[in-house]
Amino acid sequence: MAILALEDGKIFRGRACGAHGVLCGEVVFNTGMTGYQEILTDPSYAGQIVCMTYPHMGNYGVNSEDVESARPWVSGFIVRELSQRFSNWRGQMDLERYLHEHNIIGVCEVDTRALTRHIREKGAMRGCLSSFDSDPDELIARARCAPTISEYNWVHEVSCTEPYEWAGGEIKSESRHDVHIVVVDFGVKRSIVRQLGARARRVTVVPAFWSAEAILDLQPDGILLSNGPGDPAILRDAIATARKLIDAERCPIFGICLGHQILGLALGARAYKLKFGHRGANQPVKNLLTNRIEITSHNHGFALTDLPSAVELTHINLNDGSIEGFRHKRLPIFAVQYHPEASPGPHDAHHLFDRFIELALAPSAHYAQAH
Amino acid sequence: MPKRTDLKKILVIGSGPIVIGQAGEFDYSGSQACKALREEGYTVILVNNNPATIMTDPESASRVYIEPLVPEILEKIIARERPDAILPTVGGQTALNLAVELARSGILARYGVELIGASHRAIEIAEDRLLFKETMERAGLAVPRGSLVRSLEEALSLAKTLTYPILVRPSFTLGGEGSGVAHKEDELRAVVQRGLELSPVHQVLLEESVIGWKEFELEVMRDRGDNVVIICSIENFDPMGIHTGDSITVAPAQTLSDREYQKMRDWAIRVMRAVGVETGGSNIQFAVNPLDGRMLVIEMNPRVSRSSALASKATGFPIAKIAAKLAVGYTLDELPNDITKKTPASFEPTLDYVVVKIPRWNFEKFPGAKTTLTTQMRSVGEVMALGRTFKEAVQKAIRSLEIGQPGLGGDDELLLAPELIRDYLERPNPKRIFSIYRAIHGGASIEELARWTGIDPWFLTQLEEIAHLERRLRVQNLESVSAELLLQAKRFGFSDAVLAKIFRTSESAVRAKRLEHGICPVYKRVDTCAAEFEAQTPYLYSTYEADESEAAPTQKKKVVVLGGGPYRIGQGIEFDYCCCHAAFALRELGYEVIMINCNPETVSTDYDTSDKLYFEPLTLEDVLNIVDVERPDGVIVQFGGQTPLNLAGALREHGVPIWGTSPEDIDLAEDREKFALVLDELEIKHPRSGIAFSVEEAFRVAEDIGFPLLVRPSYVLGGRAMAICYDKSDLAHYIEEAVRVSPAQPVLIDEFLQDALELDVDAVSDGQDCVIGGILEHIERAGIHSGDSCCVLPPWTLSEEILDQVRSVTKQLARRLHVVGLMNVQYAVQNGKLYVLEVNPRASRTVPFISKATGVPLAKIAAKVMAGMTLTELGLCEEPKVKGVHVKAPVFPFDRFLIDPILGPEMKSTGEVMGSAETVGEAFAKTQLSLKSRLPTEGTVFISVNDRDKPAIIPIARALRALGFTLMATRGTAQFLRAVGLPVRPINKVSEGHPHIGDAIRAGEIQLVINTPSGKRAHHDEVAIRIGAVKHRVPYVTTVEGARVLVEAIRSLKSGLLRVYALEEFH
Repeated sequence: MAILALEDGKIFRGRACGAHGVLCGEVVFNTGMTGYQEILTDPSYAGQIVCMTYPHMGNYGVNSEDVESARPWVSGFIVRELSQRFSNWRGQMDLERYLHEHNIIGVCEVDTRALTRHIREKGAMRGCLSSFDSDPDELIARARCAPTISEYNWVHEVSCTEPYEWAGGEIKSESRHDVHIVVVDFGVKRSIVRQLGARARRVTVVPAFWSAEAILDLQPDGILLSNGPGDPAILRDAIATARKLIDAERCPIFGICLGHQILGLALGARAYKLKFGHRGANQPVKNLLTNRIEITSHNHGFALTDLPSAVELTHINLNDGSIEGFRHKRLPIFAVQYHPEASPGPHDAHHLFDRFIELALAPSAHYAQAH
Repeated sequence: MPKRTDLKKILVIGSGPIVIGQAGEFDYSGSQACKALREEGYTVILVNNNPATIMTDPESASRVYIEPLVPEILEKIIARERPDAILPTVGGQTALNLAVELARSGILARYGVELIGASHRAIEIAEDRLLFKETMERAGLAVPRGSLVRSLEEALSLAKTLTYPILVRPSFTLGGEGSGVAHKEDELRAVVQRGLELSPVHQVLLEESVIGWKEFELEVMRDRGDNVVIICSIENFDPMGIHTGDSITVAPAQTLSDREYQKMRDWAIRVMRAVGVETGGSNIQFAVNPLDGRMLVIEMNPRVSRSSALASKATGFPIAKIAAKLAVGYTLDELPNDITKKTPASFEPTLDYVVVKIPRWNFEKFPGAKTTLTTQMRSVGEVMALGRTFKEAVQKAIRSLEIGQPGLGGDDELLLAPELIRDYLERPNPKRIFSIYRAIHGGASIEELARWTGIDPWFLTQLEEIAHLERRLRVQNLESVSAELLLQAKRFGFSDAVLAKIFRTSESAVRAKRLEHGICPVYKRVDTCAAEFEAQTPYLYSTYEADESEAAPTQKKKVVVLGGGPYRIGQGIEFDYCCCHAAFALRELGYEVIMINCNPETVSTDYDTSDKLYFEPLTLEDVLNIVDVERPDGVIVQFGGQTPLNLAGALREHGVPIWGTSPEDIDLAEDREKFALVLDELEIKHPRSGIAFSVEEAFRVAEDIGFPLLVRPSYVLGGRAMAICYDKSDLAHYIEEAVRVSPAQPVLIDEFLQDALELDVDAVSDGQDCVIGGILEHIERAGIHSGDSCCVLPPWTLSEEILDQVRSVTKQLARRLHVVGLMNVQYAVQNGKLYVLEVNPRASRTVPFISKATGVPLAKIAAKVMAGMTLTELGLCEEPKVKGVHVKAPVFPFDRFLIDPILGPEMKSTGEVMGSAETVGEAFAKTQLSLKSRLPTEGTVFISVNDRDKPAIIPIARALRALGFTLMATRGTAQFLRAVGLPVRPINKVSEGHPHIGDAIRAGEIQLVINTPSGKRAHHDEVAIRIGAVKHRVPYVTTVEGARVLVEAIRSLKSGLLRVYALEEFH
């Protein structure tokens, strides 16, 4: 018997199906029906206990290709049912073994819908997950003592410590544009780097704590502020760095997810915590410039509000009207709250990377006039 | 973009009668579309010839035409109504084909009518296999290798460049009709030849076989802003090679990683753009090679389909409704998601449960037909079940089927060497899932099973987990089993009935034990969003979870309506129509209406038909569980056909309040012996009857009653295995070979009223008064199942005296049986005497037909009567007057089974059409037009009748001659007709050698076949003639009465044009 205890005293029981241990984290749910391996390895989930709403997990196993970083980052994984056997031509290992090998506490046979509804009603909150038949009261107490998502800087944990260059994928160098993109790694997903690498001849990933000067020294044609975990408001250094990068007016900047929030805060917007966040692969986003709707992949617990007059709102979430993207009125700077790299999720927004490369190719044209 | 204001009047085309491959799902889509368009203020004109549909209700459209779905009739309706646009995408292949014909023939252009939902061009690309292939290739999407051929020669030379097996698919046919797989050349010849004949454009596609690959479907919607969303992914449990309508299917897809799923999604969007479906829903099929993931586009339907109906029910996203709104110009973000109310329709539903659909077959109705499943669909219905896991959902789906299997498990012999049943595993067949389950118990490995069946190991593993749990259960009994293990069994979907078999106890004992441990299901909501947003619409399913139930029963006065379960021959859409009407009526009275049903092809399972929908199996266990939670004031069992009626007694025993006629009175009407006593007591004539427990006894009873006899086994209902015996040798054959009489399986023997006229009467009673809804006269004589007979309303040959007798006997019976609600009585009239054949104390198949003809909503009135109102209060005091003549004609699936298309006491039709006009001939002609049985107005009529029918055929032959037909007959009939002075060309029987009648049919020399069976076992010759007629699409009749009306119809066709009428012109 394994137990999840929430800080509000609610208890959910299940069966342990991964590594053993007791761990606290923010409990969130993801409504994607596929892509568990990408979710497990997405650094943005660092410090979170993720509940999958689709009941069957592990059906197609895990493989060495569908990872978003070198290891899983979730603190705990809660599912209704874990497949005893996987079936897929690319599958290499079953999910249960993968959880064990990477020391992730998993709990299955949980009424995940009840848990999801509880979080929807009460909001994302801290929880303590135990693979043992622990005393629930003790777990509740531990959940209440754990740091909140805004009290811990998870970016430090997930960002690379040394810069590295993306080796490039299968696409030939000649068919890529001759631009150098620098990615500031707040917990970047490999798919973002892969999307850039498929378009740009050179991609350098640098640690989150690098200064603006050090970044600009790399002579980038474009800078991408990546996704990452946690509350953007506590990342004061990153916000300051972003402000310098903007003020430098040296090259286009593209922000994704946490990068979007950091850019927004640097420009003067405000961030707030969503009740239970957006996590899934079915979120409708409307591009206000084209009126087109994209079905997008989301993973964020915070959102921007009070955009400053220097920027223009470009994307909204049709479900709750929240801000999903903006662009600078004068500078080639734009950002989206959602994940154009998908993985997991629909590819509807891949074109944003094309847009970014276009800007990187001819930034001066865009500095002259608002695009 | 807001809705279009340049359109005012929209014509919606329905899908016609229920046939295999096109069933109730199009009533669901059509009525949703009509409702959606009316909501937007458009004037909706509807045409459909299927009376048993909600969409043909007067409330559905401004004007309803129950008229044949053929271009010449459509043109008349268009000329009369002058619509601005036609919506052809909610009426299946029938509507789409009709739209293409109207566009091609210039009718649309002539009247300035626009096609909305799908353009002529898009339909052509999607439907023309070659064009589709080219379009896909141009868009860079992979399709199977192969191409289109127009002749056998072309086919044979193309085959040399491909490897066998080769897939053959005719262009423009319904439900894959005529499709097949050829493993070698002679097979190829046969399949291609038939395909060329069936294809209206004489084309078939030959393709590399992808048999055994994984099969997937995506349901896609696009709006005119080019926004595309995927509503649902579906993975077929059965691999490619079995028609998706005949496959067990699962939503969402289970074995695709996100990367593969997103690639499929990308391709689907590219398919939509390449084909050019501007607005609405489409269904796209993919095949995936399990070995290397190679993906191919197989086909797309640019319209609402069976799968989209399933997807709507599976996700809660109303595809047809939204498709209709997109067709008039809205974009997805402008439309709300009905379930959440707060979020828009521009999103992709996400599920937190598993949906399993299983087809329902009726092969037992067609003895001799091969049960191997192929690329041609032959199931007649389906069930859907929801569970939190595949295991739970598949078990619920199996028990929903009502095939005597309350789930997997509980078999008597557990151990069976897999080799013994390898054929059942390799050959796709309706029972394959049971064979797999047994093979697992017998020790077959997942690898072996996957190799033999082509079914994905993930699904097989799920079945294996069920089997392993059964083994743990088998060493227990009801006393020893722990609460924990019992709960796990319920979580794995085991029904109380299966557990009872495993524990060798009764179902009620299992239920009692379960309740003692507090093991009850909880109810979860279907909300399109995996609980991310609050669901405003209560659409529920049961599951066994520890933490939470979302049933939220109210304190309102409420009533449960039990639906009819899967469609099958004998229990079709008519009953769903009645259930919906009950729901509408009781909502009008202020009740909270709770619907329980498990058939996704229905309007009753629309979340807005009732106040609350439980998508659950209609078994005692599942119904009682809901009743325990909801505590309704009443449960209605009268409308869903035999399925809920069979539960009435048991529900009453558990203290459930049954509304309407009491279970005791239902039993009185249904139990033959008790009912015979009732009739005797009322001094009402009925055929003499007896029961035999042995062969000797059967002959003794037969002697007492006298031949001919109607015989049937006592243990099956609904006309199954019924036969007419004309003499001792017939009887001997029947009881020795057909049914094997024994003390455990007695045979019921009835006097057969030869040459009697048959009547169907529907009446409604409030316990005091009884009002006749309508009296239908059958065209065929007694002996042919009432569902298979053509009926005429009002009666056209009977005297007022007999009809008055019918009225008074019906009222007498209603009073005696204390009927509250509907009652159906079947009568026979022989030599001026009236006999009662049977009473059904429930809604009948003919209720919607009568309601359409008379404008009196019988089912609604009955529901209100059951709620305690009187007929006087409801203003129904006398039998409705019938204006015009209305004919109901059955539709048969013989072309799918290629067996003798002969009618008898066992029902075989899948659906019906209605024709309304001023005269019988005209109304009948319309039904024939609807059935695509092109009645000839000139040519040759072949006549071959048995001796009994010979005198009656003379006036018919004479009339045909007078109408200018040439007569042809086999020797006996020819001699007979010549003797009365009719010129007849004789022709050989098949057994007499070439050139024979079979050759003449094949050569197209015959335009009409009149062939009555010789009464005894069908002769080889007759069978060959009738099968030949079906194959070559020559109209045929097998009764003298049918022939007589046919002559009337031909006469009215010859005399001039058929007029069209809106339904209300008859009211």
